Amino acid sequence: MSDFLFEIGLEEVPARMIAAAQAELQKRVLSLLDRERLLAPTHTAASFSTPRRLAVLITGVLPRQQDVEELLTGPSAKVAFKDGQPTAAAEAFAKKAGVPTADLKTITNAKGEYLAATVKRTGRAAAAVLTAELPKEIAGLYWAKNMYWRAGKPERFVRPVKWLLALLDSAVVPVEYAGITASNSTRGHRILHGDTPIKINAPMDYEKFLEAAHVIADVAVRRHKIRKALDAVKPKGTRWREDEDLVETMTHHTEWPSVLLGNFDPEFLPLGKQALPDEVLVTVMRDHQKYFAVEDNEHKLAPHFLAVLNTEADEAGLAIIRHGNERVLRARFNDARFFWDVDQKIPLTQRVEMLKSVTFQKDLGTYQAKTERVVALTGELGEVAEKNGAPLDQIAVVEAALLAKTDLTAELVKEFTELQGIVGGLYAQTQGHGQAVAAAIYSQYKPASMEDTIPSTPEGQLLAIADKADTIAGMFSINLQPTGSKDPFALRRAANGIVKILAEGTLPLTLETIRKSAAGQFQKSLDEKLKSDLISFFTERIQFYLRDVRGYAYDVANAVLSTGADDVKDALGRAAAVTEVRSSDDFSAIAAAFKRMKNILQQAKDKGDTAATSLDPTLFTDDAEELLAASAKKVTAQITPLIQNKDYVAALKSIVSLRPQVDAFFDAVMVMAPEPAVRANRLALLQNLLSNFTRIADFSEIVTAG
Amino acid sequence: MPSIEKTSALSFQELLFRLQSFWAERGCVLQQPYDVEVGAGTMSPDTFLRVLGPRPWRVAYAQPSRRPADGRYGENPNRLFKHTQLQVILKPPPDDIQEVYLQSLVAIGIDLRQHDIKFEEDNWESPTLGAWGIGWQVMLDGLEITQFTYFQQCGGIDLDPIAGEITYGLERIAAFLQDVDSIYDIVWAREPDTGRETSYGEVRLAEELQFSVYNFEMADVDKLWKHLELYESESQSLLDESRKLNEANQDAIAAGGEKPWKSFPVLPAFDLCLKCSHLFNLLDARGAISVTERVGVIARIRALAVGVAKAYAAQQGA
Repeated sequence: MSDFLFEIGLEEVPARMIAAAQAELQKRVLSLLDRERLLAPTHTAASFSTPRRLAVLITGVLPRQQDVEELLTGPSAKVAFKDGQPTAAAEAFAKKAGVPTADLKTITNAKGEYLAATVKRTGRAAAAVLTAELPKEIAGLYWAKNMYWRAGKPERFVRPVKWLLALLDSAVVPVEYAGITASNSTRGHRILHGDTPIKINAPMDYEKFLEAAHVIADVAVRRHKIRKALDAVKPKGTRWREDEDLVETMTHHTEWPSVLLGNFDPEFLPLGKQALPDEVLVTVMRDHQKYFAVEDNEHKLAPHFLAVLNTEADEAGLAIIRHGNERVLRARFNDARFFWDVDQKIPLTQRVEMLKSVTFQKDLGTYQAKTERVVALTGELGEVAEKNGAPLDQIAVVEAALLAKTDLTAELVKEFTELQGIVGGLYAQTQGHGQAVAAAIYSQYKPASMEDTIPSTPEGQLLAIADKADTIAGMFSINLQPTGSKDPFALRRAANGIVKILAEGTLPLTLETIRKSAAGQFQKSLDEKLKSDLISFFTERIQFYLRDVRGYAYDVANAVLSTGADDVKDALGRAAAVTEVRSSDDFSAIAAAFKRMKNILQQAKDKGDTAATSLDPTLFTDDAEELLAASAKKVTAQITPLIQNKDYVAALKSIVSLRPQVDAFFDAVMVMAPEPAVRANRLALLQNLLSNFTRIADFSEIVTAG
Repeated sequence: MPSIEKTSALSFQELLFRLQSFWAERGCVLQQPYDVEVGAGTMSPDTFLRVLGPRPWRVAYAQPSRRPADGRYGENPNRLFKHTQLQVILKPPPDDIQEVYLQSLVAIGIDLRQHDIKFEEDNWESPTLGAWGIGWQVMLDGLEITQFTYFQQCGGIDLDPIAGEITYGLERIAAFLQDVDSIYDIVWAREPDTGRETSYGEVRLAEELQFSVYNFEMADVDKLWKHLELYESESQSLLDESRKLNEANQDAIAAGGEKPWKSFPVLPAFDLCLKCSHLFNLLDARGAISVTERVGVIARIRALAVGVAKAYAAQQGA
């Protein structure tokens, strides 16, 4: 058995694309070998990548495919022979199969007697198969963004391919792609090794030889080295701010990583003469410079940063590199401070007017128009929330809504767009707008994802809801709702945010109120189709929240939402209760019975049978019928206060206690009685049961065993 | 510790000389800066038009690039209304273009072993020019010193062969080499006999200040609009004419004759388009372009740029 090493050498691949491409290359090579019967059961696979290469190393590759015998079926015996002599049809088949006519035989299959030939297929050598097939796999790799580079535009790839290495044990497999034929050479680190090619003798030498050329091909090893170096280099008494994404990015940005400690002027820290808020300092370091922030034991930023280098320099070199990085950071901080100072010259209150020239969406007007709508919306929703008993500083919310978007005109936000909202909040605080206003503006874009937290104040929650609801209603009003996988305005994320805030926050608002109020701010009202689209859009989001965020079973989510999807917190409570009781046998039986009732009612309706408008006890003909009606009445009386107090578990248990009576009813009574009045009365009984007992969840949605 | 002793660091003009000779030695035509206002070296016809069509082309030139909205009255040490790019176009790009580029850094005194260099994904797109490319920003010790782009499309036309574009930010590199914190402190020139230095500020500060005042405060909006319309209509009528002539020429070629198509002023139509682009930037800096107008004006300029590219390509092919 053989080892196979394959490497694609590239100009620097975007860091964000490398991990997926590495995995895909391994998968493609493995499945090619498997498809071609070249993989031993004991095979192993490993893959590697750096910004300049993708590679895969597979052991347990068979040197050649096994020869196989194949039975080909030809024409029927009747056609193939005439008077015992082979006909032209038989000759043609023999020729096609590549055997002498004499070697043809007759077989019997389901259709009768047929001519057949045993054909021996000689297995191809692994090298031949790989040479022929691998180029297609290279060409098939997915890249988010591709380019042409050769004249005539014969192929597209993420970046120009510079070399190919393909070794089956010690033999080169001459795979060809993009005008390059594979060899046994790779390249080392651009600077630390230089342009001299490195010969690899055998696949197993790959990592070792590359390491000698200052390339760590194994991603996990590089990641570990970076983490270790961050630990080792950070100053005593500090820690680097954990940032998995950044560790990943830097792992894919480097071939030979090392870490450098740099410092910045403490005057940029809070209380300093040039103070910048933490948010700005960290954004500059992390997002713009890809540096790790450093904090002291109390999690306060320390005047240091850690940069991951793609080189290894001596002391003198390190001093130069440190000096350069510190210089860049200083300039960035100075810029930010400059923008901060410039921005203070025009207070947020004066910037409201400037929003006239910032587009929100071309058909929905400017951010000034959006501001007006959101101000009105927060006012309306605030009143409802307050009426429902939420503690809320209404004046602060409206003020926050008025100023919420003004930071879009600030120089600092133009420079650091990811800080929108945050900068507005910080400016509001500096400019004396009060803590409630500042905090609401600061957190208006939260939650950024389902993992993010919601705004911590009720004012912030209300503003965040209103801002998102306005965007959603507006986009729906101009027919830009998400379709299929397309959601260019991230409306799903916005609606998920609203649901999360309602579920985890303190605002007693229903989705219906929010929807209607938000849609009401637009001059053109939604037509019926859009209105119902909007309702189902939100129902999908709350479904997503129940299932994917809270982990409820899909049938529980469906059951709960069929009886109401407007009050998110209530839906959550009902889902929890259904989940708690669903495992009992009685519950399954009741759920099955409710499903049966629903079917009976539906079938009756299809036949034109209607239930009586009210229940007439004199029409009961069976004890079971009477008993069920009486117990149902009792349970209804029990559960009404329980539901009011949202004690859904107790209410459900009470409903489930009806099982014996329900079972007895179905055992003894035929609902569709011949006598119309009795039938209508029985249908009315079922109808009553269903409408009284499915206020918590529609049990017919619950999937029961059997 | 400074990266290189200040006294031995290249002056601004020496930096330019070094890079120009480096690329001249590698077969580039040294062009002078284009003498119409542009926002970037890419907009010079030596890039925008020459990357079209099959003919190989290697050029290098310094290009003062004006971005009125970036002006800061000379107060911000890192921002300029007008900065200088050194633009290199290699069409088609040589196989070792990255290595050659790194050698150009050595040529300006950067010891690659003593620095950290990374090629980070940074693709380039200009909707106004109907152009885009794939590439990197080159980071030197955390500083973006070069934009490196493989042009894929220009003026809405797919390129074949593609072109490699290397754009050095000269002020940034000079400030880095000289280890100064303000662009205005860059030594522009040093007298060899006396050692007397002329700073970037001495050469350019007044210009930054005055143009900031003009661009942000005093440029007459109505007149800017009028200029824009005049230039646009002139460019557009040339393009209309060129289309007719091109069609007539196709017919004439088919009939065995030829009309004077090669001499048709497509290049002037492009200058007029550049004027429009600059006027748009001025109006923008002046805050005079409303939301609704903005998209429309960009589309108008794009129409001119795309029209010029088409006419130019047709003329080259004729």
